[in-house]
Amino acid sequence: MMSEKHTASDTLVSFRGVQKSYDGASLIVKNLDLDIRKGEFLTMLGPSGSGKTTCLMMLAGFETPTHGEIRLGDKLLNHVPPHKRNIGMVFQNYALFPHMTVAENLAYPLTIRKMGKSEITDRVKKALGMVKLDALANRYPGQMSGGQQQRVALARALVFEPQLVLMDEPLGALDKQLREHMQLEIKHIHENLGITVVYVTHDQGEALTMSDRVAVFKDGIIQQIDAANVLYEKPVNSFVANFIGENNTLHGEVVALHDQHCTVRLGNGDTVQAAAVCVGQAGEATSMSIRPERVRLNRHAEACENRLQARLAEFIYFGDHVRLRLDVAGQSGFMVKVPAGELDSSWKVGDKLDIGWMARDIRALDASVYTH
Amino acid sequence: MLEVMPTMSQTLTVNAPLTAADGELLTVKLAREHRNKQLKAVALVAPLAIFLLLTFLVPIFMLLGRSVDNPEVVTHLPATSQLIASWDRRALPSEEVFQAMARDLTAAKEAKTVPEVAKRLNMDISGFRSLIQKTARKMPLELAAGETMRDRFIQMDERWGDPDHWHVIAKNAKSWTPYYLYSSLDLRETKAGTPELAPEEERAFISIFGRTLWISFWVTVFCLLLGDPLAYWLANLPARKSNLLMILVLLPFWTSVLVRVASWIVLLQREGLINSALMNLGIIGEPLQLAFNRVGVYIAMVHILLPFVILPAYSVMKSIPPTYMRAAISLGDHPFAAFWKIYFPQTVAGVAAGALLVFIMCIGYYITPALLGSPEEQMVSYYVAFYTNVTINWGMAAALGSLLLIATMTLYGLYSKLVGANKLSLG
Repeated sequence: MMSEKHTASDTLVSFRGVQKSYDGASLIVKNLDLDIRKGEFLTMLGPSGSGKTTCLMMLAGFETPTHGEIRLGDKLLNHVPPHKRNIGMVFQNYALFPHMTVAENLAYPLTIRKMGKSEITDRVKKALGMVKLDALANRYPGQMSGGQQQRVALARALVFEPQLVLMDEPLGALDKQLREHMQLEIKHIHENLGITVVYVTHDQGEALTMSDRVAVFKDGIIQQIDAANVLYEKPVNSFVANFIGENNTLHGEVVALHDQHCTVRLGNGDTVQAAAVCVGQAGEATSMSIRPERVRLNRHAEACENRLQARLAEFIYFGDHVRLRLDVAGQSGFMVKVPAGELDSSWKVGDKLDIGWMARDIRALDASVYTH
Repeated sequence: MLEVMPTMSQTLTVNAPLTAADGELLTVKLAREHRNKQLKAVALVAPLAIFLLLTFLVPIFMLLGRSVDNPEVVTHLPATSQLIASWDRRALPSEEVFQAMARDLTAAKEAKTVPEVAKRLNMDISGFRSLIQKTARKMPLELAAGETMRDRFIQMDERWGDPDHWHVIAKNAKSWTPYYLYSSLDLRETKAGTPELAPEEERAFISIFGRTLWISFWVTVFCLLLGDPLAYWLANLPARKSNLLMILVLLPFWTSVLVRVASWIVLLQREGLINSALMNLGIIGEPLQLAFNRVGVYIAMVHILLPFVILPAYSVMKSIPPTYMRAAISLGDHPFAAFWKIYFPQTVAGVAAGALLVFIMCIGYYITPALLGSPEEQMVSYYVAFYTNVTINWGMAAALGSLLLIATMTLYGLYSKLVGANKLSLG
């Protein structure tokens, strides 16, 4: 997905020890260190109030850090006013100027940069072509659909060829189908232009689809920053495991800890072998995370290191697959995905099933209070 | 439900006119229902529509009619009015006209309508009132043998031999006249019937209209200068603070205008609070003339009309999200430039609406200049009141009112052409 090799000169933006407080009492961003690489699509993901938008606004210059440094290239940004940063930005509500036509909106940043008339015309045309809106140059934003306005906003942020583009939940107002379409389109534009994008969203699906790397925020701290597949397969703590994708949690107590593995005893006395990722020492509580598609059933479970008995509590029909809700080791809400073709028609609610998984697929993490 | 299904699918597939369950054509039934709904809507609106018609539209048309209405001569001197129409307007009218005049005056004397005619004719030539009354008093006339009515009239008063007096009668022998409208614009009608500017010493209303527009212009400018920054500030404050401050803006707005003007008199007069405070502080040596002149009128009118600028501007500014400015700045524009290019154009509609509202209210303002101004500050409405209440000259009052109405409509037309036709509403 992306090159793991990078040097300091590849870094475009760097946050060093950045803090932000609005009231002087609590920190909304706590000691942020983050390097954003040239040409990268980096998503800041987190629930509302996690500090991700504040980080974006500090980068754009609309907020100033209480402490720490933000650099763009080798230039310190802290005291550069926002209009001199040359950073493109796409806003959640598009912020297209309603009294200007689409073409005038796109020409706005170019006029400020004192470009010649013919160059402006060329660039506006090119940018409109890029978002496939050539025919609507003379429309006013109020005459366009949400999706079209979105594209214009995107084109306007790109038309002056900034090296960095920020996007603040740009697809939040669109319906699901359009949103998925625009996700791909933004991704393709990013790939074609080779610009650096910092994208803020609270939608984890969006983050996984589009990004080279995702930074998961919570309480003003980056919990984990990794490529999408790493985040999903190897979450470092319970918050990330629960926030990204679907997750099954089993609570228990660490009884033995050896190097990379640990043995965990569940509430009903069963023991489970798990990868020790974020656990203290023997005797401490832990929450284990396993993805629904890693759980095997009945005869598929025979080869697994961990095998448990489960009670089938509910069938949930999804068309292409069926989800089974199970009670496992006295804990309810354990989900397993079964492809529609592999469903055994003799199963019914209340049946006992054998379930199992590989020890490497279940990760013992910090004891969590988060649930789905 | 299930039983209906097959019938429905049958009806949908068959390409015949749809019918309702009772066999009636569906289109007819729908049309009737639609008509019923419309009738209900009309019935709901009707009381207000009738109320507006009776209290708003009808009076306006009566006012407009009154400004050109000229019933006195036609009604009370009917025979003369009819005959004088064919007069060549050079020499004196014919003997028949004089005889008709005698008959009409006799009838008018009996009906006691002579003063009305006399008053109307006196507006055109002063002294006509006494002439008519003197002549009417002698009616009916007994003519000696061989004597013409014309000679008798001229013998009674030689002014009857003056064609100018007959011109005035001829001019007013129709049921409408531009006289009041002309007078309101310092014009008068020549004998040929064309308007000309009245002699300088008789002109008054042009300067009064000019003064009205001038005062209104400056009140509007001051309101904009004071109100718009305040509206901007209110729109960008946190909701709780702006609500509180909004109440402070609205509180005087809900107080009677008369009370507010009276309070301003208390504050601004020679011995008033402001003067005594400034003198006690030693800032001024003698009282400033703040009331009963233009300064006082400006202060009080601006204060009274400020909310009309603040409220529309505030509502427009409130609806502009801060991201517009942020977007403009992120695109590289200096915040000041962005304000004028992005924020300001979006507020134009609201600001212009406020300005128009204030200006229109100003040109009809009466009570503040009447109480806080000298004669030099009296505006058109003062003279409307003067003609209505003091001299009972409804024609002049209506003509001045009509001109104010025309000025207002023109301004409104200008506004909708400049702002309303703009693309602003599409945002």
